Amino acid sequence: MGNVLTIILQRLALGALTLLIVSIVIFVAVNLLPGDFAQNILGQGATPEAVDSIRRDLGLDQPPVTRYFDWLGGVLQGDLGTSFAQANFASFTGTDSGATTVAAQIAPRFANTMFLAMVTAIIAVPLSITLGVLAALYRNSVFDRAANITTLSSISSPEFFLAYILILFLAVLNPILPSLSNIYEGMAFSERLQKSLLPALTLTLVVTAHMMRMTRAAIINLLASPYIEMARLKGLSPMRVIVKHALPNALAPIINVIALNLAYLITGVVVVEVVFVYPGIGQLFVDSVKIRDIPVVQACCLIFATAYILLNLTADIMSILSNPRLRHPK
Amino acid sequence: MTDEPPLVKIRGIKLEGRSDETWNPIINGVDLTLARGEVLGLIGESGAGKSTLGLAAMGYTRDGVRISDGTVEFDGIDLLTASAAIKRDLLGKRIAYVAQSAAASFNPAHKLMEQHVEGPVQHGVNDRGSSEEDGIELYRKLRLPNPDEIGFRYPHQVSGGQLQRAMTAMAMSCRPDLIIFDEPTTALDVTTQIEVLASIRDIVEQYNTAAIYITHDLAVVAQMADRIKVLLKGDEVETADTRTMLSAPTQEYTKSLWAVRSFERPKKPAVSTGAVPVISVQNVDAAYGKVPVLYDVSFDMHSGRTVAVVGESGSGKSTTARCITGLLPPTAGQIMLDGEVLPADYRKRSKDQLRQVQMIYQMADTALNPRMSIGQIIARPVQFYLGLTGAEKRKRVDALLEEIELEPTEYYNRLPSELSGGQKQRIGIARALAAEPKFIICDEVTSALDQLVAEGILRLLARLQDQLSLSYMFITHDLATVRAIADEVVVMKDGRVIEQGDKDEMFRPPHHAYTDLLLSSVPEMDPDWLSNLLAERGVDNIGDAAVDKM
Amino acid sequence: MIWFVAALLGMAAIAWVFRFAGQTVTGNAPRFRDMPYGVAYGYVLGTVVVLWLAWAYMQGLSEDTAIANKFFFLRIAIEGFIIFAIAAWLFRILGRTIGTAWSRKMFRSMPLTASFGILTILIYAILAIFAPAFAPYGQEQIIPGVAANIVPGGDVALGGNPDFPLGTDQIGRDIMSRLIYGAQNTVGIAFATTLLAFLLGGTFGFLAATLGGWLDQILSRLVDVLMAIPSLIFALLLMTIASVWAPQLGIPLTVFMVLIIAVIDSTRVFRLARAVGQNIVVMDYIEAAKLRGEGLGYLVFKEILPNATAPLLAEFGLRFCFVFLTIAALSFLGVGIQPPLADWGTMVRDLGGFVNYAQFAPLAATAPLLAAGAIALLTVAVNFVVDWMLHKSSGLKE
Repeated sequence: MGNVLTIILQRLALGALTLLIVSIVIFVAVNLLPGDFAQNILGQGATPEAVDSIRRDLGLDQPPVTRYFDWLGGVLQGDLGTSFAQANFASFTGTDSGATTVAAQIAPRFANTMFLAMVTAIIAVPLSITLGVLAALYRNSVFDRAANITTLSSISSPEFFLAYILILFLAVLNPILPSLSNIYEGMAFSERLQKSLLPALTLTLVVTAHMMRMTRAAIINLLASPYIEMARLKGLSPMRVIVKHALPNALAPIINVIALNLAYLITGVVVVEVVFVYPGIGQLFVDSVKIRDIPVVQACCLIFATAYILLNLTADIMSILSNPRLRHPK
Repeated sequence: MTDEPPLVKIRGIKLEGRSDETWNPIINGVDLTLARGEVLGLIGESGAGKSTLGLAAMGYTRDGVRISDGTVEFDGIDLLTASAAIKRDLLGKRIAYVAQSAAASFNPAHKLMEQHVEGPVQHGVNDRGSSEEDGIELYRKLRLPNPDEIGFRYPHQVSGGQLQRAMTAMAMSCRPDLIIFDEPTTALDVTTQIEVLASIRDIVEQYNTAAIYITHDLAVVAQMADRIKVLLKGDEVETADTRTMLSAPTQEYTKSLWAVRSFERPKKPAVSTGAVPVISVQNVDAAYGKVPVLYDVSFDMHSGRTVAVVGESGSGKSTTARCITGLLPPTAGQIMLDGEVLPADYRKRSKDQLRQVQMIYQMADTALNPRMSIGQIIARPVQFYLGLTGAEKRKRVDALLEEIELEPTEYYNRLPSELSGGQKQRIGIARALAAEPKFIICDEVTSALDQLVAEGILRLLARLQDQLSLSYMFITHDLATVRAIADEVVVMKDGRVIEQGDKDEMFRPPHHAYTDLLLSSVPEMDPDWLSNLLAERGVDNIGDAAVDKM
Repeated sequence: MIWFVAALLGMAAIAWVFRFAGQTVTGNAPRFRDMPYGVAYGYVLGTVVVLWLAWAYMQGLSEDTAIANKFFFLRIAIEGFIIFAIAAWLFRILGRTIGTAWSRKMFRSMPLTASFGILTILIYAILAIFAPAFAPYGQEQIIPGVAANIVPGGDVALGGNPDFPLGTDQIGRDIMSRLIYGAQNTVGIAFATTLLAFLLGGTFGFLAATLGGWLDQILSRLVDVLMAIPSLIFALLLMTIASVWAPQLGIPLTVFMVLIIAVIDSTRVFRLARAVGQNIVVMDYIEAAKLRGEGLGYLVFKEILPNATAPLLAEFGLRFCFVFLTIAALSFLGVGIQPPLADWGTMVRDLGGFVNYAQFAPLAATAPLLAAGAIALLTVAVNFVVDWMLHKSSGLKE
């Protein structure tokens, strides 16, 4: 067991290191911006005093290395900095509503996005694994071929195409679900769920296709292995061959597939949130990109990257844990 | 034959395999009859369809294979029309299977015993507790070490030879009437193989189980089978009693198979004292990273002679070759070419030094670039080393092709994929010859080939050696090959040279205990060989048990 | 919901009866005897779906506009599917009869999906290359005296105009022309980006595989870090920065986009090229060439590259789809290909609102769907071809 623990600790350390480097990459990328942030924010007509004040507020007069460590230190304490857009707004009005910090902006939206991802995962994971196993069992049948064509088409379609198709059929032609996901705080759970369902279904279509194909490939790979043939030649029932002999070995690849696709969700969520005007972190990200609100862009990037790295790390560790060779060393 | 109905009766079976959307025949109408308690040996070269036929005897076909005609009866039950439930009830309970690769055929997620008891419990033959006890008993009978404990390990914690016996025990768990052994010892080293053979033979005799033993090794089948059936490209060549088959085969093909083992070269005069060896390996140590793999290896190779380096997998034979070629610079010691020290790293050697040392590989498939034509492959060293171009180059390539007995105009523009295994290996030889070297390393060049083809390659190599005074280093684990081609023998074990000397000396006792074990473990064509050997040495002095004692 | 469950249960019963009847009628033929219940259920489910589609198609032809509108899109989809299937089938027959022996052999073993893919790619390529010849108007041309938002279909009664079969957009540009030019812009830019990504990733990947050592270590770690950031997010971040730089340097933002996506995507190509390269490098024929004393150039270009073309070609298809979708997503989000260039992603964003009129004016809703569909169709086609290629090459190995 000590062996496995070492490997897992190694992976965790590697994950932490990757995160650190990613944070540097993001910081450096942002600092590639030409000219002066403060000038950019306020535009050419701003008074030098206003520019100076903003520069001091945002700490832009410090050298980059100091700013990086300040930023990183802040991030670790949950302080993601001050939003340019909001700071700008506050400096004009002279008020501080408390919403100027990036963290305050992101927190509720992050919760919304997590909610959307959860709903998607709850629908997509069982569905795709069931379909994937079925396709593998009845491979080369009509069902398998139809599934192959459908999933391939679904993977190939841009998210917004799938989103509009769903809106067309489920919101416009048959008004079952709302096409706008205007969620707000204190909404009843059922209503919230109903409003999140269309974006969740769109994401489900994309993710399910991926997951199902990967599950199918993993199972088929497994079914071709000599020990499955051996189990069949021992006269075991097809059910037992699958449950007792295929499944324990399929667990690792399937867990891997799930984690990878949840990581994929992170990218998909941006476009889908925009289509449905869903107030999540993806929408905030795109809005901030358009108005060049750098601290928010930087923070969102870091959050997306963190989630992505954590999910990949989970996949990695899960597959280590499910490997009998590592669990029971010689 | 008594008038008791046969256990297995196959009539006119035809099997087809799918490739590229078309069905191609694998077996074209073969009959097979097996009485209770009888062991039938099924032999043939690769592609003869013996495994497919063996599985068809269980009423089973792999994906992409179908039975297009014929009948298969097991104890009066027609397996081809029986329902899935009836077949499932027979499989594992009355018909069992032992696969070629035990390491891949045990489920890595469960312990051996877990998999052992599954058959009897699922078929309702026995309850879990008594199956386990029976399993331990079978492990003991198969002479597995620690029989009480070994079943509670995972497959990856058990060695290959032990796994193969554990699989035989698993096949025995329901005391079936029939076991299909599909090349059970092919992947094992000779010293391990003999032990598995002895155990299998014992247990099959003890329970009077009928068996179909599939293999490509005549000597092995001679030990195991009562009767032998020879297959060639999906057709039966002949079937006869083992002794009759060995002493008086009737068909040309069978006779030629038998004759392979008789190839032997005339003895050459001893090397004159003071002659400078072509290659001299001097006190070489080598390591992969920090793991040492070679310890103080020294031997000489002279012009016009063949040195066979023998040993089991992991003995350091191929590593020694890598040191000579410079792919793995030794950590100590040196390699001399014609009395001059060769730079340790091949990148530091001169073009001429590189030219003198050539290599022929085991797998001709991976040794030839699949995107280059035969002509291009052979022409490259001709141009690279000798600087020939245009018509001169073409002439030289044609000459080389003729040298390896392939028609130049026919083969020049072909791709490697359009050639048979033996032809590919010949191209590998031609590529080595094209450099006009003094010394060639032959790394297991015949082990991937069928016996007849391998013999052709050996004869070709022998002829070329006589013509060109080449020096060969012949890496092999097959002692029949050693006997056929070697002048001197170097025996390696665990990265050390155990013994070396003239071939005749090496095949004559007394010698080092390991060499003795290695030599005596190679099956011979005598059906009594295994029995005699066991009588002589005892079951504890063969195989891993004997190696462990050293 | 209740009806849905009831329908599923009803089908379950029918499936059981179906199998039982099959067993009885055929006298327990193996086909029915060994049929798992799930398969029987599958047959029934399939039949029900096909029947429902047929019913829906008939509804789409209904006299009642309310009903016909409701099933309009389903009808179009079914008709489109059938037309494409027939076209692909005819194309395959064509491929089997004309051409070289090699191409005829290729078409003989080709599934319908792949021939559909090849046909579609050909059509796109022709449209993209000869866009000016096909498009009735310019892509940026605001035609004087023509109303904005003309409904597609060309039916004057429904707000269309026969001169503009696909209508006009919000500022009065011909949608059909923009769709055709979109092929040139969107596909062309995606193709160039993919080429660049391959040049970058492929070169470094093969170098890393052949040379190994510290170069391999550095490049691989760098790629690990770049791949740890989700690509669309990273692209958006870099596009933000580029959007500030672009006007200052006077370089179009689109050029930055091509560079950014190519670099991000080259990491994936690097991984594959390195893996493929490593598989080839361990082959004995590479060892033989090294021992012969061959230089790096010969090794890479003569020994490695010719053996890597098949997997790289398949990867090129997949990468192209990925790049194409990323660009479409960026454009849809408003930071990709910049107006006034016609581009499908931007068109979807601009016209997306019309989907909401589908119930009363189904034709109005087709414009954004056509642009989005044009994107989907091409990626589906490329994926079908790649899938077939991968299947073929994996089949050869066995």
